[in-house]
Amino acid sequence: MSARNIVAVIVFCVLAVFFVFTALMIPFGEPMKTQMDDYIIMHTQQETGTNSAVTTIVFDYRGFDTLGEATILFAAVSGVLMLFRRVKK
Amino acid sequence: MSEMSKIVRTLSNITFPFIMVFGLYVIAHGHLTPGGGFQGGAVAASGCAMLLVAYGSGWVIDRIKISRLSAFESLGALGFIGTAFFGLIFGGMFFNNFLVETGILFNVVPRTGFTGSEFNTAGVLTLMNFSVGVKVIAGVFAIVVVMAYASSLKEWKQ
Repeated sequence: MSARNIVAVIVFCVLAVFFVFTALMIPFGEPMKTQMDDYIIMHTQQETGTNSAVTTIVFDYRGFDTLGEATILFAAVSGVLMLFRRVKK
Repeated sequence: MSEMSKIVRTLSNITFPFIMVFGLYVIAHGHLTPGGGFQGGAVAASGCAMLLVAYGSGWVIDRIKISRLSAFESLGALGFIGTAFFGLIFGGMFFNNFLVETGILFNVVPRTGFTGSEFNTAGVLTLMNFSVGVKVIAGVFAIVVVMAYASSLKEWKQ
C-alpha cells in the first residue's frame, strides 16, 4: 500500500467523520425556526399582495437568485446556438 | 431524426394542445398555484419537443426560425430585467414590488386563505412569471431544435 493510498484513506475517514457528526447534530424532522420565516409569513400578504409565499420568495425576496438562473439559461442558449451556428439554414 | 409513424403523429396531434394549455396555465397562475415561469415553460417546451420527436427535426426547422426563437428568449430576459429596473426607478429598490401600492394593475391585496381565482394580485410577480415563461419556452425549444437538427445531419458544411 503506497503512501498516497494511506493519505487518501485518512482524508476520507476525516471527511466522513465530519459529515456524519454534522448530520447527527441536526435534529431530524424539526426544522429550526428563524426570524426570516416569521417575517415572510407575517408580511408577505401586505408587502407583495399575494398569498403564495413560495412565489414571493422566488421572485421578490430572493429575486437575485432567479436572475442568476435566468442568466444561466441565457448563457446555455447562447453557447448552444454559437456552437451549432453553421448548422442553421 | 426523421418522422415517426402515423400513430405517433396522430397521438401527438391530439395531446399537443392539452400540454400547451397546461403549460400556459402554470405560467399564468404562477402567483396563485404551485409552479411558475420556469416550470410552466419547461412543460410547454417539452410539448414542443414532442412535436419535434414525432415529425422530425427537418419538418420543424422548415417552419420555424431559430433567430426568432433566440429573439423571444432575449425578449423574455429583457422583460425580466426591465421589470426589476422599473422597481429601481419607481420604488427606489432593485426588484421592488412597486405595483402593489400604485394601484394600476395587479394591485389587489387578497384575503387570507386559498385564492386560486383572484388573478389581479401579486404586483410585478405576474409580469416576471410571464417574462420567465416566454424565456424558458423559447430557450429550451431552441436548444432542443438545434441539437436535434445537428445530430440528424450526415455531413456538416464547412
